[in-house]
Amino acid sequence: MNTPSAPLPHVPTPGEPVNLPLSAGTETATLNIEGMTCASCSNFVERALSRTPGVQRATVNLASEKATIDYLPAQIDRAGLRAAVEQAGYAVHEPVAPVAAGVLGSDEELAQRKAAAYRKLLRRFWVAVALAAVIMPLSMIMLWPALMQRVSMPVLNYVQLLLTLPVLLYSGREFYVSAWNGLRHRTASMDTLIAVGTGAAFLYSLAATLVPDWFMRQGLMPEVYYDTTATIIALILLGKVLESRAKQRTSAAIRALMDLQAKTARVVRHGQEVDIPVEEVRLNDIVIVRPGEKVATDGVITEGRSALDEAMLTGESLPVEKKVGDPVFGATLNKTGSFRFQVTKVGKETMLAQIVKLVEEAQGSRAPIQRLADKVSAVFVPIVVMIAIATFVVWFLAAPEATRLPLALVNFVAVLIIACPCALGLATPTAIMVGTGKGAEHGVLIRNAEALEKAYQVNTVLLDKTGTITRGEPAVTDFIPLNLPPSADQTSVLAMLAALERQSEHPLAEAVVRYTDAQGVASLPATDFQAHEGRGAGATVEGQQVLIGNRRLLEEQGVSVSGATTQAADQLLEEAKTVLYAAVGGQIVALFGVADTVRETSAAAIRELQRQGLEVVMMTGDNQQTAAKVAQQVGITRFFAEVLPQDKASKVKALQNEGRTVAMVGDGINDAPALAQADLGLAMGGGTDVAMEAAGITLMRSDLNGVVTALRLSRLTMRAIRQNLFFAFIYNTLGIPIAAGLLYPFTGWLLSPMIAAAAMALSSVSVLTNSLRLRAAKV
Amino acid sequence: MDTTEIIVLLGGVASLGFVGWFFFMAPHQVATAVSSSSGVQQVDIVVKGGYSPDVIEVEKDKPVQLNFYRDEDNSCSEELLLPDFQIRRELAPFQTTAVELLPRQAGTFEFTCGMHMLRGQLVVK
Repeated sequence: MNTPSAPLPHVPTPGEPVNLPLSAGTETATLNIEGMTCASCSNFVERALSRTPGVQRATVNLASEKATIDYLPAQIDRAGLRAAVEQAGYAVHEPVAPVAAGVLGSDEELAQRKAAAYRKLLRRFWVAVALAAVIMPLSMIMLWPALMQRVSMPVLNYVQLLLTLPVLLYSGREFYVSAWNGLRHRTASMDTLIAVGTGAAFLYSLAATLVPDWFMRQGLMPEVYYDTTATIIALILLGKVLESRAKQRTSAAIRALMDLQAKTARVVRHGQEVDIPVEEVRLNDIVIVRPGEKVATDGVITEGRSALDEAMLTGESLPVEKKVGDPVFGATLNKTGSFRFQVTKVGKETMLAQIVKLVEEAQGSRAPIQRLADKVSAVFVPIVVMIAIATFVVWFLAAPEATRLPLALVNFVAVLIIACPCALGLATPTAIMVGTGKGAEHGVLIRNAEALEKAYQVNTVLLDKTGTITRGEPAVTDFIPLNLPPSADQTSVLAMLAALERQSEHPLAEAVVRYTDAQGVASLPATDFQAHEGRGAGATVEGQQVLIGNRRLLEEQGVSVSGATTQAADQLLEEAKTVLYAAVGGQIVALFGVADTVRETSAAAIRELQRQGLEVVMMTGDNQQTAAKVAQQVGITRFFAEVLPQDKASKVKALQNEGRTVAMVGDGINDAPALAQADLGLAMGGGTDVAMEAAGITLMRSDLNGVVTALRLSRLTMRAIRQNLFFAFIYNTLGIPIAAGLLYPFTGWLLSPMIAAAAMALSSVSVLTNSLRLRAAKV
Repeated sequence: MDTTEIIVLLGGVASLGFVGWFFFMAPHQVATAVSSSSGVQQVDIVVKGGYSPDVIEVEKDKPVQLNFYRDEDNSCSEELLLPDFQIRRELAPFQTTAVELLPRQAGTFEFTCGMHMLRGQLVVK
């Protein structure tokens, strides 16, 4: 049914031939309208849409509940159209937007396919287990002579054959298909080993079942190995099931990161607040965030203030206070207040996307420690096949004639089955995946596996003082009141000074405001604000002239500086502090000492690094005296003072020349050469892009505890890798000779292929489990 | 040594030789990338128990797009690694996954599956 509307000049009814020329750049959107009950409803919506600026033509179909709109994207967008419909009193039902492929595009389809493959694997496993559980007891009947007499041997063999066939053709099919595909590419994998091993056992049994007489004539018992075939397949599938479950968890961290992204955003479009999918948010949109909501994307606050939980990005557990002009990041959580922000970054540009990308890249990198394992695994399978063939020949030649064929066969199969190239292949990457993911959870972004390995070898940590040990921003350290006017107390003077400094945007003024705010002073109005470039600022507060600035400002304004004031100022200058002079009504009332302050966490973090046996060295551009003071404050004994920015890299080199492996921690652009020179560079506080490029590890959190976390995490990860590699090598170098029967002449030990299958299934699972242990580790 | 033993011995030695030759000495399938109109060097690779072709030649400093079509759902080939380019990608079964990279250096770079069993080479000239 079409909409029976009275045709408006520019709105033709559907079905009517459309001849209106559309302007270039017109786009067509289809909206699902909800709430229309009659023809007049659809009529109304159609008209409402048509009158909306930017809409060229709108048609609404009541039956299909759809509006088709041609619009100019320059003037209005989908969200705006939606707002128009909603303004008319109807709702728009948004279909689930297809997830854009990209860094943050969680690939639903891939996940579904993986889930389906896992279910299939489980089915194959259970079929194999069920049948193997029947075949096993049947094959043991021959152990009871009393039973044996009642059962016909050929019949029993045929029954076992029938039960084994589904295990082979359904449960184990993948091994044979994959082995065959591999052979066509002249590659061999674990599947090749399993296919050849179980295939040989099965074919021998098949022959013994079909032509037992031939075996008898050769003086051989027509023994069958159906139980071996079925059990091996069941056990290997068990290993695969466990492995696939564990593997899911190794990449859990990156999935968790991707899931952090908000799904929708409440934006202001054409004066209307509308909820839109986050993919539709554009640059410069104004987004509204209420308490308890996630921030949709990166931007700068334009209105309001709040505390935000940024732990998911930075690992910083305390909420961070944000006000107008402060940046906010997508995926962080708004705790207390409401605010609006202007979007500065979307999609792949956002902090979250960058983090995900960095972690993904790190997980794709290869650790130098793995080179040997890679070389071995490249030739592993063909060599194992050759060892198995040699085993067969030696056993056939050495064993007594009556048992030589079965013994040669059983050991041939055992060698093929016990060999586990997977453990070698999984040893390093799984640990790196878990380690880098764990790092990201704690705001430690590891660039690649090589950085992890370097971090493990570090024995000296060089800290660039500013921004690492200290905050890197000025703070008031001293407030010295001087000859206050009799009518005023300290608090009221502070309030007047605060009123002036609130008007200023200078970093030193901000430091004063932070200080006065912390004292809880009253808020006063200031008028006649005047900034004196390079000297300070002045304003009128409560009828009095207030000045804050350097000595020159006061002298220019005719304020006299007494000897006592000069003495107090010199004291502050000696401590390498910046001095601010404050005057009210032409009288000096106070001095502020401003300096970069040491973070509360620095001393403890440095102690922890020293406790781990690392030598901590500081470098700074400050003079010898100041450097010594800060060093002593945080417990550092060795430092470089008066280091010019361009000389930072050479200090790193100096330490390296002492035979040290140096980790350099810095935060700014001028640190980049030093970060690159160091064996391991750690860029702090999110760092600048340049610093991040040069750094092996980026710390999102702005304190030295991040360094402790990063170094400890790399040690744990490297330890797991070493354990894994050791286990994988030992397992194979011991397992293969034992399976070949090397111990037989001495101890009479032979390895049943079924035990070999169990060992093989468990070996790769052990490696994975060891890597996953990192997830629980405390860092 | 009876006849059977001699047959087994000879057969064994022959198979050893064959396995060695088959996996280590036999020639590989080489493909050279085709540059599209936009200057991107493209190569289609089928993933099925291995990579075919498994040696890919590309030119330096030109963007490369490797189109991996995974023609199986065997878990062995689900991951693709290009460690020198820091790429780890999951290949969806029976689908084409495009991997883009820009080779800056000449040389031979390996690409492998997640467990380093299946392997191929990217030769940058």
